[in-house]
Amino acid sequence: MRKLWDLFWTFAKIGVMTFGGGAAMLPILQRELQQKRGWVSEEELMDYYAIGQCTPGIIAVNTATFVGCKLGGTLGGAVATAGIVFPSLVIIMVLAGVITNFAHLAWVQNAFAGIRACVCVQIFNAVRKLAKKAVTDGWTMFLFLVVFVVSVFTDVSPVLFVVLAALAGLAIQCARVKQGGAEV
Amino acid sequence: MIYLQLFYEYFKVGLFSIGGGMATIPFLYDMANKTGWFTEAQVTDMLAVSESTPGPIGVNMATYVGFTTAGILGALVATVGLVLPSVIIVILVARALQQFRHNRYVEAAFYGLRPASTGLIAAAGVTVVLKSLIQMDLYRATGALADLFHWRAIALALVVLVFTNWVKATKNWHPIVFIGISALAGIVFHMAGV
Repeated sequence: MRKLWDLFWTFAKIGVMTFGGGAAMLPILQRELQQKRGWVSEEELMDYYAIGQCTPGIIAVNTATFVGCKLGGTLGGAVATAGIVFPSLVIIMVLAGVITNFAHLAWVQNAFAGIRACVCVQIFNAVRKLAKKAVTDGWTMFLFLVVFVVSVFTDVSPVLFVVLAALAGLAIQCARVKQGGAEV
Repeated sequence: MIYLQLFYEYFKVGLFSIGGGMATIPFLYDMANKTGWFTEAQVTDMLAVSESTPGPIGVNMATYVGFTTAGILGALVATVGLVLPSVIIVILVARALQQFRHNRYVEAAFYGLRPASTGLIAAAGVTVVLKSLIQMDLYRATGALADLFHWRAIALALVVLVFTNWVKATKNWHPIVFIGISALAGIVFHMAGV
């Protein structure tokens, strides 16, 4: 029970602290789940993110379900999801009930221009940290660059990248084993 | 019944939108046309509010649409509808993954997945940069190269970059602290130009 409450509370906090969707949530996840609580490793977070991209639904929600499930089984997954959704429900209902043109207020627009500038840097920092773990040799560098460049300049679905990258990983590692290199 | 209908419509959105909150937007335009619950212009407004409030954008949008259409219960029903398909699917995937986690084929697949996942996140970062540090529209309108860059936002980003990486006293501060300070800086320096 204690653990479920912890899960709900932690993800509710993450929900409140996330501005601007999936990628913006990553720095907060790294801090709250990995550094502060040690619930997941950096690699696991990356794996959940990759899978969250190609399973249907909101990436933030998928990642929450994943972490919850790892820590508390099926119920944990449901509780973590409820946690991440809870602040949105409350905040939006209050705002929508009180002011409909909240987003048009000058100070709100100015504040968010500042927040977005900050989020740019936080995503950059998060990517740098992830790249240290994920980009370990020439092949992973190649995969990183290809996915990055192609998804910046085209509208190719992330699902395709994820599927192809997984296949590429299998092919590269299998080729290495055949060559008698390091065991996978 | 409106609640069942909301649930059904959002269940479909949750099931078929792959790639995050922004991927739900085309479904909302479709919903606006089909059901008449709200107009296409309202979708733009709802998106603005969802982007300017904490929480995942897709969830915010669902709550907003549900609330506008059918009150508090509507907000709950739409949100549950949206997350239910992914919760079910992710729990199934997570269980399978726990079993095969140390399988060498699974590990080989992740060897390729991790750099790809990092690349996707970096690309999402570029989108945020284009929206916050670059002023494409203004540049197109004026043609002046100096207008292409949002100098005040870039200055703020550089300050945050320095304090989150190289200043010992602050680099371990919680990310939300920097977000709060940046919001204040945005207000003080009229960063959106209004």
